[in-house]
Order: sequence, then C-alpha cells, then structure tokens
Amino acid sequence: MIQLFFFYYLAVASIASAVLTVGLRNPVHCGLALLSLLFHIAGFFILLNAEFIAAVQIIIYAGAILVLYLFVLMLLNLKTEERFLHRRYAFWLFFALLAAGQTFLFLLRSPFAGKPGDVTPDKVTRFGHSQTIGIVLFNDYFLPFEIVGVFLLGAIIGAIVLAKDHPAGAVQAASDQKEASQ
Amino acid sequence: MIPLSSYLAVSSVLFVTGLIGVLIRRNFIIILMSVEIMLNAANLNLVAFSSYLDSMAGQIVALFIIAIAAGEAAVGLAIIIVVFRGRIATNVDQINLLRW
Repeated sequence: MIQLFFFYYLAVASIASAVLTVGLRNPVHCGLALLSLLFHIAGFFILLNAEFIAAVQIIIYAGAILVLYLFVLMLLNLKTEERFLHRRYAFWLFFALLAAGQTFLFLLRSPFAGKPGDVTPDKVTRFGHSQTIGIVLFNDYFLPFEIVGVFLLGAIIGAIVLAKDHPAGAVQAASDQKEASQ
Repeated sequence: MIPLSSYLAVSSVLFVTGLIGVLIRRNFIIILMSVEIMLNAANLNLVAFSSYLDSMAGQIVALFIIAIAAGEAAVGLAIIIVVFRGRIATNVDQINLLRW
C-alpha cells in the first residue's frame, strides 16, 4: 500500500519535472527541474531494490553532471529569450508525436516475458546490493567496465582539448613554423 | 505489488517528453538536458526489468549508461563553450555553418 503511494508520488513528480525541464523558459530553472527529476528517478530505483544505483544516480548525476550543466549555464550567462522554441518547431513536433505514438504502440504490444535470473530479492537482502552488483560487475562485465574507464579518459581529454583557450594566431604561427622548417 | 507495466508507462512518458524537448527546443544546453531525461527513462526501464526478472544485467547496463552520460555531458558542454567563444549564440537554428 505504502509502495503504491510512493510509486504514484514519484510518477507524478518525475513526469511533472520532466515537462518543466522541457517547457520552462529560463535555462537555470530548467536545470533545477532536471535536478528534481534525477532525485525522483533515484526514488524509483530505491523502490525497485536497487540502492546502489540510486546512490550512484544521486552522486554522479545530481552531484557531478548537473553541477557541470549549471556551471556552464552561469558561465555563459544566457538570457531568457522571447522565442525559446526552434524556428520550425511545429514540423519537428509532428515527428515527435509520431515517435510517441510508436513508443506507446510498442509498449501495448510487447509481451514483457523473459527468463528469470538467479539474483532473487532474498539474495540481494542477504548480501547487500553493493556486494551483489560488485561481484557481477567484476566477474561477468569486467571488460566493458575497463572499456568505460578508457572511454571516460578519452572524454576528459576531449573536453580539455576542446575547451582550452587557443590564443589568436596560434594556428597561423604553427603553420608558419612548419613552412619555415621545410 | 506494482506491476512492471506501470514502470514502463512512466519511463515511456519520460522518454517521449525528452524526445519532444530535443526536437522543439532552441537552446543547445536544454537539448542536452532533454537527452539526459531520455537516458534516465532508459535507465528506469532497465532497472525495472532487472528487478522484475531477478537479474543484475540491467543494473550493470544502467551503471554504464550513467558513465556514458557523464562523458557526453563533458564533451557536449565543451563544444558549447567553443561555439559560444566564437561569438555564435547557443541556439541550434543559428549554428548552421556546417550545413550542406
């Protein structure tokens, strides 16, 4: 009963914050609505017996990614604009609604059946969620885990290289030097 | 007990909201935020399935999705800073130098 109550609360709150994220005009307000959405999704994860994912969601998404977004928003000092929709938004909205219809059609027609695994809720409660997920992650998914590590390294380097301040004429000077040495 | 389909309904509504945001908003940062909404909807779906089918695979993939989202946010925001430094606004209908 209490589960049902929390489920409805989380559903209504997360959908409302998603709509606000898409619909608000001021970008900083959109970021704060996104924060509310991320917290409510973490609540869903707790409802689904996935405490570790909920903690990761709050620490990484709300703590790191969203702060990055807010930093950039405040750094760029974007104004709230009169026209905040795309120039041809009606055209794109048509395709969005088409895709929405397709999604709900798939949802209604899927059987949702599958072969159950062996990680029952009792097992998770006995060993703790972090231990259960850690054993699976470092045994069966070790290679993808390492690949994600390399991917994050690449993303960090890419972000630094892109955002680094290239002084004016640096590219020109480099090409001059190259010509001079030839 | 909450049926699995309720979770799927919530996550598909979230996904469609994010999709609409990606397609109709003008500010590039808001578009990235809408992508985050879509990734969260997919995460919710994966964790719900993983919980209902007693398997850990879905939750592992959800962790990987969170890592990918972090990388996407870092590179996307770096691109925005570069575009903004070139005195171009961050509206997607004004970033059209690379159009055919």
